[in-house]
This record gives sequence, C-alpha cells and structure tokens, in this order.
Amino acid sequence: MREPPEANDLRAWQSVFAASLLRAGAIMPDRQAVHRNNTRASLSSALAARFPVVRRLVGPDFFRAMALCFIERQPPRSPVLAEYGAGFAHFLDGFAPAREVAYLADVARLEWARHLAFHAEEAAALSIERLTAVAPDRLEQVRLGLHPAASVVASAWPVVSIWTTNAHDQEVRPLGDGAGSECALVTRPELHVLVSALPAGSDRLVAALAEGNGLAEAVARAATVEGFDTATALSVLFRSGAVASLSVGSFHSMELS
Amino acid sequence: MTADRRPQRGLGAGAGLKPEHYRDILEGRPGVDWFEVHAENYMGAGNGAGGPPHVFLERIRARYPLAVHGVGLSIGSADGLAPGHLARLAAVVARYQPLLVSEHLAWSTHAGVFLNDLLPLPYTDATLALVVRHVDQVQTALGRSILIENPSTYFRFETEQMTETAFLRELARRSGCGLLLDVNNVFVSAVNHGFDPLDYLADFPLESVGEIHLAGHAAIEMAGGEALLIDTHDRPVADPVWELFQALVARIGPRPTLIEWDAEIPTWPQLADEVERAARLLQEAREWTYRSSVLSHAVGEEGTRCAATGR
Ligand SMILES: [Fe+2]
Repeated sequence: MREPPEANDLRAWQSVFAASLLRAGAIMPDRQAVHRNNTRASLSSALAARFPVVRRLVGPDFFRAMALCFIERQPPRSPVLAEYGAGFAHFLDGFAPAREVAYLADVARLEWARHLAFHAEEAAALSIERLTAVAPDRLEQVRLGLHPAASVVASAWPVVSIWTTNAHDQEVRPLGDGAGSECALVTRPELHVLVSALPAGSDRLVAALAEGNGLAEAVARAATVEGFDTATALSVLFRSGAVASLSVGSFHSMELS
Repeated sequence: MTADRRPQRGLGAGAGLKPEHYRDILEGRPGVDWFEVHAENYMGAGNGAGGPPHVFLERIRARYPLAVHGVGLSIGSADGLAPGHLARLAAVVARYQPLLVSEHLAWSTHAGVFLNDLLPLPYTDATLALVVRHVDQVQTALGRSILIENPSTYFRFETEQMTETAFLRELARRSGCGLLLDVNNVFVSAVNHGFDPLDYLADFPLESVGEIHLAGHAAIEMAGGEALLIDTHDRPVADPVWELFQALVARIGPRPTLIEWDAEIPTWPQLADEVERAARLLQEAREWTYRSSVLSHAVGEEGTRCAATGR
C-alpha cells in the first residue's frame, strides 16, 4: 500500500532503526538498545524453545551465538513466531563453527518436523487392522493417505537415537561403532508428537505415498534400498498414526479391470 | 422511569491464557471471568492451524469468554499493513468470536522483516494520519471496532507534535476505535520519562477505555547509573501499579481487567491470586460507583423537590 509523502520521514527512520536492531555490533544509545536486546533475546529464545536438543548438543552459550548469527542472516519474515526457524537446519549445514557436530543439522530437521506436526491439522489415524482386513489378492491396489502430521527425516546419522537420548534427559551414551544412518518418522495421532525409527528406505516409501502413488508402487521404490523391510515399515507407520486413509483400487484401475 | 443504576455484571478480572495452564483451567474450572490470547499464537505454523493450541482453546472458549490480543499487526508501520497477516487475524477472530479484539500503538515489522518487539512511534500529525488509516483498515477487515493499547516507551522523539494521550484521543475520535489502557505501561513510561502517572491518567480519554491491562515490570541500571523500567510481563504487578489501577477504577468504574504474565510463567494458583486481587478492586469500584450514583441521584431528586416548593 502506498503511503502519502508525509510518511516518508517515518519510513526512513523505521528503516534505519530496524537495521540497527538486527545488525551485529550496532551501537545504539542505552534507551534505544532496550529494543535491540528485546529483539535479539526474544528471537534467540524462540529458537531455543524450538530446537532444545540442538541447544543441548552444543550448550546454551554456543547456541545463543549461533542463533544470533542466524537471526542476522535470516530474520523472521512473518509475525507468526511459530513459523520462524524453517531455515535453521539448512543454515546449520553451512555453519562452519559447528562442523564437528556433523549430525546437528539433521537433529534440527527432526525438531522442525516435530514442531510442524504439533501444529498440523487434526485427522483420525487408522489402525493396521484396516490393512490386514484387505483381501490378499487386492493388496496390490491399496492406496494409503498420509496423516497431515506425518513426515520423515532420513539421516546419514542415528538421528532418532541422538534425539531420544537428549530429549528425555537420559545419560548421554556414546554411539557404538555400528551406529549408522536412521530414518525418523514424526507423527501426532492425537495430542502428543511421536518420534519412531523406520527401516532404511522408508523415506522413499513415504515420499511415494505423499505423491499419490499406490502402496505397491511405493513399496517397489523403497525395496531397492538395502535393509528395507515392508512389514516393519508398515507396522511402524500404522502404529505411530501416520496413515489417515485407505482405499482399495481406484476409479482408474477398476475401469481397467 | 430512571435508568437501571445497579452494578452491571460484565467481564470482570481475567488472565492471559498460557499453554502451561490449559489443564489447570479445564480441570479446576477456576472462577476467573475471562481469558485473553495472543492472536499470533493461534495462527498455526506451516500449512497447519490445528494441534493442541486449538484443541485446548476450543475447550476453554466453550466455558469462558475470550478476548483476542494481536501482537504482530504493526499498526504503526510506515510501509503499510501486511494484508496476509490481517487476513489471518480475521480468521482467528471469526473462529473464536472474541468479546474484545485489541492491538498496540506500535510498529514491529519493517520491509517484511518482523522484529518481535513493540517499537515506539513519534506522535506527529503524519503518524496520526497513518495510524488512523491502518486502524480503519483493520476495523473494516474484521467488521468490528478494536481497542488500541498505549505502549511502554523508553525514549522520546524530538519531532513530536503532541502528547501520547492527545494522540490516543484523536485516534479514538477519528477512527472510532476504543482504547486498551495498560496501567503498567503508564507507570513504566512515567518513570522512564519523569512524568506523574496520575497526570497522564487525568489527560487520558477515559471515556474510550474498553479494557485495562496490568502486568509486572523490571528495573535495569543504565551506564550512567540511571534506572530504566522495562515492560517484561515476567513477575507480579508492582504495588504502585495496583494503586494507580485502584485510583483509575474508582474514577471510571469497573472495566474488563487482564493480568498479563508472559514470561517466567508462574503456577496457576500464583496467577489466579493476581486475578483475584484485581477482582477485589473491581468489586470495590463497582460498589463505590453504585453508591455514589445512588447518592447523586437522591441528591438530585431532593434538589428538584426543594426547587419545586420554592425552599
Ligand atoms: Fe498490555
């Protein structure tokens, strides 16, 4: 919206003031600096609340410094603070000082997925009995609709184990040599957000379902990954509340048969 | 024949609603008159606007009246209101049908960047014209009038052409909005700028007050050793703020009054104690204004009779 010319002075001042609230090392008079502190402290605590395991992994002081870098580079673009932090995981991918903690960005991805699941639309989750009730000869034609809160974070690191250990304040256990990649499923069938481990390759299965493919096609895409196990994947998906609808066949396939 | 002068039971003392207290409220059904939520906390994230916030708010809304308090509309932005955000506010208002809707005399967004703080405005004719236009835009989008809240301020502008109270009076007159009088903000600004908060209240357009806020503040020491009060909402309401509130409602009568406690969230009983204290003072004010209205009515009738008999 265009404002009349008298508003130009105000606009120019707001522009300068806004920049000095965010810019690292900006010097402001004490009374104005109250706002600089408010902006930086409130945004960094919003990120701390959203990424508690990332914070625990690097410690509160390091987290705060890291958060302030992020705030300067990617300040919020929406007054809905719950939407702030979508780019944090990607920022951590390239954040050199945290490079030693190689799995940090994937933990942030998992925490962001949990946050989105918390705010997702409501839907009833189906139990696996709905799938086992389908006649074996019609399984090929099953289509599954994902629950709005369900998503997958696939990682080269044991992201589920790292998150679980640190989120529940257990004693930190060193990861064994065999600790490899993990695929996390995030769901919220009712009020609580759940994190479960899926077999390797399940991210392909879930991505294929999300694109609208039938179950048979989705399983075929995941089966090329070593370690994928259809029965376990489906059991975890249903048990965690990741499936909201099931249909057998489609108008298209029925027409063909 | 005469107007009903008995005390009206409206919205009395309420509390800012925090997720930490959802269960206490639903299980204990406390005798709080109403709750207020920050609109932006119920706008969802990503594509979703569901989840526990809405599940609990719907249950609480079924039992208590609600007010919606916007904290991100940035009514004082020189580059205009964000239409998308205004639409989301309208959706929250449509969904929860609150009794009161309020926003701040402040700005918080510039060039699309949200600064997450209530930033001050210079009280000039140009700012007034801008804010009137934006309030009008909001009221048109919501299809109802809103309340605008006086800010806590830490510094002033050399270019100012009017006082804050004159600005708010003109804003209410030109836009038809009501005002939310935050008594803690009055006290914080009074200390920070060295004026008497009672003078501020005396100049305030009290006839427009549709809601009162009470909150806690902190004091910091600046480089020169000078104290500055900060509007933190992280502790109980300070005694001088209670005294100002008492003086205010003794004068204007009870108004919907809210305890804001947004950081270092207390236990529910602690917050309920603060609400209870506000409720007691509102009750005193209700009785006081009732008695004085009955008294002035009686004196008025007596006066008429005397005049009629020529005594
Ligand atoms: Fe307030």
